[in-house]
Amino acid sequence: MKGYAGRYLTIDLTRGKTVIDRVDEYMAINYIGGYGFGARALYDMLPNPAQIDPLSPENVLIWWTGPLAGTISTAGNKYSVFAKSPLTGIFGFGISSGLFASELKSAGWDGIVFTGRSEKPSYLMIDDDNIELRDASHLWGRTTWETEEMIKEELGDESFVVASIGPAGERMVKLANITNERNRQVGRCGLGAVMGSKNLKAVAVRGTKDVEVADIESLLKFIADLNERCQGPATEKYRIYGTPANVLVHNKLGCLPSYNFQRGTFEYAEEVSGEMMLKTHVKKIIACAGCPIACDHVNQAREAYAGSTSSVDYESLALLGPNCGIRSLDFITKAVEICDTLGVDTISAGNVVGWAMECYEKGILSRDETDGIDLRFGNGEALLDALRRLCLREGRLGSLLAEGVRRASQIVGKGSEKFAMHCKGLEWAAYELRSLQTSTLGFAVSNRGADYLRSGSYQVDVKGQVDRLRLDRSRGKIVYDGENLYAIIDSLIICKFTRGIFKSVDELAKLYTLVTGLSMTGEQIIKAGERIHNLARCFNIKCGISRKDDYPPPRAFEDPLPDDVVKGAVIKREEYDEALDGYYECRGWNKDGIPTKRKLLELGLNKEAEEVGVEA
Amino acid sequence: MESRLRKVIVCDPDKCNGCRICEYVCSYVSEGVMNIKKSRIRVVRIEPFLNIAVTCRKCEDPVCVKACPRDALKQKPNGIIAIDENKCNGCGWCVEACPFGVIRLHLGRRKVIVCDYCEKYGSPKCVEYCPKEALKYVTVDQAGRELSKKAVKILLEER
Repeated sequence: MKGYAGRYLTIDLTRGKTVIDRVDEYMAINYIGGYGFGARALYDMLPNPAQIDPLSPENVLIWWTGPLAGTISTAGNKYSVFAKSPLTGIFGFGISSGLFASELKSAGWDGIVFTGRSEKPSYLMIDDDNIELRDASHLWGRTTWETEEMIKEELGDESFVVASIGPAGERMVKLANITNERNRQVGRCGLGAVMGSKNLKAVAVRGTKDVEVADIESLLKFIADLNERCQGPATEKYRIYGTPANVLVHNKLGCLPSYNFQRGTFEYAEEVSGEMMLKTHVKKIIACAGCPIACDHVNQAREAYAGSTSSVDYESLALLGPNCGIRSLDFITKAVEICDTLGVDTISAGNVVGWAMECYEKGILSRDETDGIDLRFGNGEALLDALRRLCLREGRLGSLLAEGVRRASQIVGKGSEKFAMHCKGLEWAAYELRSLQTSTLGFAVSNRGADYLRSGSYQVDVKGQVDRLRLDRSRGKIVYDGENLYAIIDSLIICKFTRGIFKSVDELAKLYTLVTGLSMTGEQIIKAGERIHNLARCFNIKCGISRKDDYPPPRAFEDPLPDDVVKGAVIKREEYDEALDGYYECRGWNKDGIPTKRKLLELGLNKEAEEVGVEA
Repeated sequence: MESRLRKVIVCDPDKCNGCRICEYVCSYVSEGVMNIKKSRIRVVRIEPFLNIAVTCRKCEDPVCVKACPRDALKQKPNGIIAIDENKCNGCGWCVEACPFGVIRLHLGRRKVIVCDYCEKYGSPKCVEYCPKEALKYVTVDQAGRELSKKAVKILLEER
């Protein structure tokens, strides 16, 4: 089979030993790559996940590319990282792009598995077949951007591509991420903290090998066609304004979260819109390897913190901006820069600071507990200060926020759990819950916690294809279809922004076949998506997940939205229950959200049927 | 061919976003493989705001040719640098001589490689595949005229 390197590396950090294993055709066809390989590996390597402390040497840290990495495939150069998440305690998973995946594949590796814990700070150098665990004592404490530069300098070639953690990961902040090429992150689930717990500062890769493709001429023709489509209307907003184009769209729909999800509109939305940002702050638009779209908008602050630089997308902007009451693009740019360099996820960070601001304004957190910070909504300096403390676990506030919103709200109590905006411990992203109700179902049932990237179910709401202010049984099917498709997108791995340019799943299968030479139909590939999703769910079931965890936070049911455009919108519990039943029914799971033996056997998940499956 | 009629590949750094599609295509056209390290056109990124792709400029009286102590390089009348691999011993003097760093040694063979403007296709494939039209295949004079237009436009917009 082509496309794949056909082998992966396992590194025992405790003993400093490496083992090379093969990736075989069975894995390729059944689990595709990326998400599929990660789900398979996590399930197999952690047979009793409930017993594993995510920050102990017993946890694993798994990196996978997919079959398309290293080729010209449209926006297909992405990699994924997996571990039991220290933030959620369940299936932890994140995807990043840039050039890293292409480089790793060119070095001749589909993936890397880390086990154990290095005795002292280390980084892994992969230079084709030359693998070396190098001392990183001098890099400890450095920002992600500094780390990249220092490693390139030290290895004497700037073509090394580096993925690293910042001080937040070293300090095992639960929101810590992994950064490559400055602006690309494995953002969610706190996987940077797992890396920190293993004393692993970075992975630096240089590859010089050819990546073999089954039918290169047909692939090039197909890609020329796909790339042409990428200049059309389906990707227009990404190309021009980047994802911040959503700010005004969402504001109009009443689904732009502000003031810690107390509202669905922001009175200063114009000032932080994608349109405004392009006019005043965007200095450069950049693309990941092989991407004809180019959504990444790099900002530079103009007045406050002039010169600060960061890549600002919709999620970062909305959570660190409106959700914290911030109306200044300068402060948002600086806030993202702090998160990116010190190494935390902007979504989770903006969410947890928003929660702390609500606590402060309601008198639940005193000024003493915020280390003297006047943590009002809209106070830009307070936001930046809180972020720095969070990243460094500094003071009372920093130590609290570093735990993530679920744990922090449990520590603080006093009813603050009611407005801790998360599901399964993962902070809610920037899609308002009550004004996008199919989206909320998708978020709540997702395998990694509150997550817009596992089903894209917000699309039917935003596009007006359903009544977004209500729920019914039929929404289950929408989420189910979305999840199966996205499981494939995340396994191939291609960028979700291309989803509108493929005419059908058959074209995704065609792309897979042209690259790998393995025959695959649209139907088969979607079945693989369903298999992968179920496998990850089985891992979660072993972690203790069931129906009770597939619900949005209380605010969704209890606090009607005050905004004029969606006044009074709230989720009715009985409607939600009905929609959830509908979802489980499509999935072939029982009423408690546990996969049935029958469904698992149908998907070829025999071991899982035995270990997790229920009769009905 | 008169040198003023020679077309070269020029790159607009405002449009180039570093996607490397030119490099992937070039590695196929040049060697039939996917391997951006074998591309004859190179994407340069200088953090945080600069991207540009560079390749052979078809210089007049090219220094790479002059630098070669073994007479392995020749400039054809159409401006393209021809390499005699039997003569090249990979000393790399031409690499050092080229002011743009666009003539390089092949990763494996250690012989010199340089953009041949996709002679077999008649026009460069990287330009065809560039999704942002950052790459253009034009004469230097045309490139200059375009730049003047762009500069004037910016000046007028700013007023």
